[in-house]
Amino acid sequence: MSDEFDESSGPELTADEEALLKEMPTLTDVGQARRTFMGQTIAGGMGLFALMLLEKERALAALCTEPGAVFAAAPAVENPVRVALKINGATRTLELDSRMVLLDALRERLELTGTKKGCDQGQCGACTVLVDGRRVLSCLTLAATVEGKEVTTVEGLAKEDELHPVQAAFIKYDGFQCGYCTPGQICSAVGVLAEARRGDVSHVTEDVNASTTRLTDDEIRERMSGNICRCGAYPGIVAAIREVHSGRESARTWRFVEGEELARVRKEWEADETV
Amino acid sequence: MRPFKYVRASDAAAAARAVAANPRAKFLGGGTNILDLMKEDVERPNELVDVTRLKLSEIKAASGGVSIGALAKNSDTANHPLIRRNYPLLTQAIVAGASGQLRNMATNGGNLLQRTRCQYFYDTAMPCNKREPGTGCGALEGLNRIHAIFGWSDKCVATYPGDMANALYALDAVVRVRGASGRERAIPVGEFHRLPGDTPQQDSNLAHGELITAIDLPKSNFAKNSYYLKVRDRASYAFALVSVAAALELERGRVKQARVVLGSVAHKPWRSLEAEAALVGGPASEESFRRAAEAALAGAKPLAHNGYKVELGKRAVVRALMRASRLA
Repeated sequence: MSDEFDESSGPELTADEEALLKEMPTLTDVGQARRTFMGQTIAGGMGLFALMLLEKERALAALCTEPGAVFAAAPAVENPVRVALKINGATRTLELDSRMVLLDALRERLELTGTKKGCDQGQCGACTVLVDGRRVLSCLTLAATVEGKEVTTVEGLAKEDELHPVQAAFIKYDGFQCGYCTPGQICSAVGVLAEARRGDVSHVTEDVNASTTRLTDDEIRERMSGNICRCGAYPGIVAAIREVHSGRESARTWRFVEGEELARVRKEWEADETV
Repeated sequence: MRPFKYVRASDAAAAARAVAANPRAKFLGGGTNILDLMKEDVERPNELVDVTRLKLSEIKAASGGVSIGALAKNSDTANHPLIRRNYPLLTQAIVAGASGQLRNMATNGGNLLQRTRCQYFYDTAMPCNKREPGTGCGALEGLNRIHAIFGWSDKCVATYPGDMANALYALDAVVRVRGASGRERAIPVGEFHRLPGDTPQQDSNLAHGELITAIDLPKSNFAKNSYYLKVRDRASYAFALVSVAAALELERGRVKQARVVLGSVAHKPWRSLEAEAALVGGPASEESFRRAAEAALAGAKPLAHNGYKVELGKRAVVRALMRASRLA
């Protein structure tokens, strides 16, 4: 098996992925970043990893920026419904099969694949998105029902060059391993923080009549219990949410690099074929 | 999922008429249960009437109590100041259920109408009289660890899995419904769900096309001494094996009024008048609570794999009453 994975050049893209990248010029940099992924994470440190994530999100968000564009109906649509969806600030009108849930509309029709399909029946939380600022499960939400509501997916959390504080904290605290549940975890955490600010109670709140907005670790765990992580990254997830919630930052172990420094580091990776 | 027509209702009357006109139509609230069941091919409506945009989500003070809209979200209901202050038992019950995401989606009316979590009901390869009348009950002599210990029949041993309804029953709530003809009626929560008998396909006493509009809570003297206890396989995000909604009105250390409702032990929330009778007039003490718990579970008829629910139920009743009376 060892000859199938050439460590000297890093993971290669498949033919399909290469073709995809050609069709989507905005993704070329991401492809580059993926090739040098291992080099980045080891030689460049977490700052570059964060940058790479950001690039990827920008590229994905850019796929759907034509306001008012009407997407053609996919074949074999039954009971079509015309739905104007407001996703990450942009409105897209789609003709959808009435059966289509928001999760599938995002992934299959809008190419917003940040939102993940896990169990597809409301048990894992991987598909969590925000609708009008509240966390919901997109796998059990018919796309037709969110017309006129503001949908925010993981792709819509960052502000230009700046990751959402929850995203940054997840990277800082290693709040993931395989990353599959991460978009759902992050959207859910953003929802949890808003709920806490409003003073919402939970199953572990001692006195539901007392008003408190402080989240203990037990509160964070209970409120995040709808998001399952099979890698078991829970300690990092709790730490990340705790930091954003409390506003008390602990030392960051990574930083963003830009401009000349970025070019220099990139040159070094390209020269360094041993990783 | 099978194809269905999606209709957005403009008002309650039109919604009720639309569903009443089509025997295979269903109301769509938060969708957290029906969409799951449609993906599993257990529910097969050919039309969904979306009622979520109807103006039925208000939570307001009404005739000494509080009226909660059928379409208010579970999370908004649990966190409403009127509910937290006057009916903390209801808040506790709601936040004991599901996950934050699901509570943000689920409506109060839909919560009442959630269907059983019996595995034989969910598995279309298995017999189930609830899903397909006449095919038999897979659970009766199958794996019945999570099933009923009260009120079951040889046609169905499924339980009602919810939490909210147990608290509503303890709080003497009334469900307001509106039929296609415009006729309104009020159903006490205790009479809303039903026992399976020979027709387990019917979970509730609602007629087809009747729309839940509100749930009314009367003024309550239980706010100070109530507790919702949920026992499950893991600490969070799971259905109850046994749950207890306990509510007491205490006067100088003695029980003036009591409610004991058990959840996940029958096809409907199971109120124990026997336990309440054992409590009223007696002291708020562990000894008295134990007698009440014995009375509550005396009539239990466990199946092959759920005998544990009898002892668990007793201990849960005692614990819930201890917490309600602040002795534990």
